[in-house]
Amino acid sequence: MNIVETDGEALLVAMRKLLARKNLVTAAELAERTAATDKASPGQGARMVARAWTEPEYRALMLEDGTKAAEAMNIPMRGMPPLGVLENTDAVHNLIVCTLCSCYPRAVLGYPPFWYKSAAYRARAVRDPRGLLAEFRTTLPDGVRIHVVDSTADYRWMVLPKRPIGTDGWSVEQLAAIVREGDMVGVTVPSV
Amino acid sequence: MNFSPGDRVIVKDDWPETRGPVHIRTPHYLRGHAGRVLRYLGDHPNPEDLAFARPAAQRSLYHVSFPMNELWPEGREDDEVVVEIYEHWLEQP
Repeated sequence: MNIVETDGEALLVAMRKLLARKNLVTAAELAERTAATDKASPGQGARMVARAWTEPEYRALMLEDGTKAAEAMNIPMRGMPPLGVLENTDAVHNLIVCTLCSCYPRAVLGYPPFWYKSAAYRARAVRDPRGLLAEFRTTLPDGVRIHVVDSTADYRWMVLPKRPIGTDGWSVEQLAAIVREGDMVGVTVPSV
Repeated sequence: MNFSPGDRVIVKDDWPETRGPVHIRTPHYLRGHAGRVLRYLGDHPNPEDLAFARPAAQRSLYHVSFPMNELWPEGREDDEVVVEIYEHWLEQP
């Protein structure tokens, strides 16, 4: 039997039965993980960012321990790699890439955008980040240094972007609505 | 944990992939290059063994920063690449 040509649905059913029969995973655990995966989206990360912009204590927690900060927002992190959060400042702009494969903070951002896995993005992010940002129409003020974070091993990284000017007095819901997945990867910055 | 934040390190100029099947989390473009330890990221089972279902010892992981001009001829001195590197890939200069 060639596993590549096997009917995927039949393979999944067989795999689920095997996991249950060997008492490795229960049906309830599988359902829980499926639900968590389906729920993961950039909206989760955006909620964390908006809260960090409005609550200094939460911002401190997020930068200290991203996993705990996600759990504090009821985002399931059990069994996921540790989450690290890097803050954009007036001096430093962070850009996340995985040159080896496609490591991505799926628990808080969902599935990666298509370009994240492309060879072009992965190669150029580490070699020509400024040219790459220009193609995303992202311009950084003079004097801002770029930290390209190559996510190669056991952590998953997300960016805490800078809160844009012109958002004073906004609610966390309003703030979360302007944060896009690219802002949390670092290819773009939030704007109003 | 053998290194501290601020330590200067060099990534081993080693190419195990030329000697047989391996799983490596150290990108090729860093090998032989000098960087600086930014932070310690905890101990984790060595993925080079995990990938082959071998017993995997706990290894210390570090965030190491490399100036762009150390890696690329056209790289800017003030931009950096920051990468997770396991201790067994790091040497003292």
